[in-house]
Amino acid sequence: MNTNYAAPSDLGRIQGVALGIGLLGIVAWVIGLTLSGNVREIFFHSYLVAFVFWAGIALGCLGMLMIQYLGGATWGLIIRRPLESGSHTLILMAILFIPVAVGLGNIYEWMHRESITDEKLRAMLDHKSLWLNPKFFIVRTAIYFAVWLLLMLVLRKRSHKLDETGDPALIQSAQDWSGPGFLLYAIACTFAAIDWVMSLDAEWFSTIFGMLLIVGQGVAAIAFIISVCVILSRREPMNHVLKPKHFHDLGKLLLALVMVWAYFSFSQLLIMWSGNLPEEIPWYIERFKGTWGYLGIALILGHFFLPFVLLLSRDLKRNGRRLVFVAWLVIIMRFIDLLWLIVPEFEHGHPGHLKDYLIYIASTVGMGGLWLGWFFWQLRSKALVPYNDPLLPEALAAGGGH
Amino acid sequence: MTTQEETGIYGLMAEFDTPSSAVAAARQTYDAGYRRINAYSPYPIEELAEAIGFHKNMVPLTVFICGILGAIGGISLQIWTSAIDYPLNVGGRPLISLPSFIPITFECTVLLASFGAFLGMLIMNGLPKPYHPVFNVPTFDRASIDRFFVCVKADDPKFNEDETRAFLTRLGAREVSHVEK
Repeated sequence: MNTNYAAPSDLGRIQGVALGIGLLGIVAWVIGLTLSGNVREIFFHSYLVAFVFWAGIALGCLGMLMIQYLGGATWGLIIRRPLESGSHTLILMAILFIPVAVGLGNIYEWMHRESITDEKLRAMLDHKSLWLNPKFFIVRTAIYFAVWLLLMLVLRKRSHKLDETGDPALIQSAQDWSGPGFLLYAIACTFAAIDWVMSLDAEWFSTIFGMLLIVGQGVAAIAFIISVCVILSRREPMNHVLKPKHFHDLGKLLLALVMVWAYFSFSQLLIMWSGNLPEEIPWYIERFKGTWGYLGIALILGHFFLPFVLLLSRDLKRNGRRLVFVAWLVIIMRFIDLLWLIVPEFEHGHPGHLKDYLIYIASTVGMGGLWLGWFFWQLRSKALVPYNDPLLPEALAAGGGH
Repeated sequence: MTTQEETGIYGLMAEFDTPSSAVAAARQTYDAGYRRINAYSPYPIEELAEAIGFHKNMVPLTVFICGILGAIGGISLQIWTSAIDYPLNVGGRPLISLPSFIPITFECTVLLASFGAFLGMLIMNGLPKPYHPVFNVPTFDRASIDRFFVCVKADDPKFNEDETRAFLTRLGAREVSHVEK
């Protein structure tokens, strides 16, 4: 290991703090569950939100990792190690899927076809049971994770070998994997979005839904990487590496992704609003009611307008310490977006009060402790930049090229 | 102004072979206290603009204000046409059917913002300009091919033809030309 780029020693302290906060989250989660009437149901509901949130950041890191290999741009080199560490948490997420598999019956409506009294709905679910049945569901998720883990391990192996040998052919090989790999990744993510989230309402469908979650993952991952870079930029050795130019690039990427998210989300709304069909629009009607209506407005403002306007500023993008506030706003909004997508399905048209959703914060923070613990363990174990990459001098130059 | 009119000089133009030498020279000229500097390159070089202390201008603000005006204009037009002047019930949706109004609002924002960018840029650059002294330099055509130029204008308070010429030559210019007014 090249000691010039060794991780700062107090990353271990940050890891400890993350684990501690996670532990507090788990305690709050347990207390919340015991106070709630229906422990089993609420546990699995809040678990699913936390799982989709953290799996999203892990997958976003994997996607960005392949994109930076494909682009061959030097901005990607600076964040390659954080992205690798983020995608390595997919191993953790694969293990954390097991409770979802156990709780399928408490999460998905299509598990209880027999007990549904509505004839039409039951006929429709019977028709869809070829796809929506527990065995096939678990097999599919296993396939998704196999695809993601394979890509993650292949890229990781090449990157670590590059540290030892500095052989440029390894980058070429990573690039060759990333092209078809990204295609496989996007297909697996689309199907995962359909299975894990969209099938909560087995009647409803939207063809853009997979893309919506993929872009959401990208937004969350870049916002997360910006936060990590700001932490690193305050410490040796990365304070000599991360320049305003690098934050400028990351800020531009965040701006672009926020816009794509808004574009996809709005496209779905516009089409369903215009069609106003009985099999499509109820999904939105449920989400315009009560608390969800307010959270929806919060999403329009906080997930698009505010970050969009702030990120237009060049000075803000170049200042990591200010950029990080936008990144945190966006991460919080990602969480609210997932709440808005998932939780109304558990309520059957009776939205709760804001305090009913605190348990989802507890579960997400609780799982976040584990996730961040895994992430920082990975980040600490290797040099913070791929120091043998032939493009490194160019990436480190004050200009920080493209 | 009088001294300039007498000598008929616009400034001194230093010619460089590579972008990096032009950026370095521009930076040193700025550091030496010159402020009325201009630089010319065949393609945009962000560092060059930074080196001569040119990155703040009013074009982004113009674009932003025009964009907001476009958004307000677009949405007002639709509200007026389909909810006030000729109320139109489309399949029982509210008269002010916001989701359907967004695309037009967006297009109007883009349209006005691009007008703001295009016209704002022209006006603030003082374009169109049929005559500009820098084209009196014989080799200046190559500023759009393969050469990089740094020009110190005569109206700079620090400008002194001999000293400035010597200074620019020291910076490694392949040629320093007198720019006729």
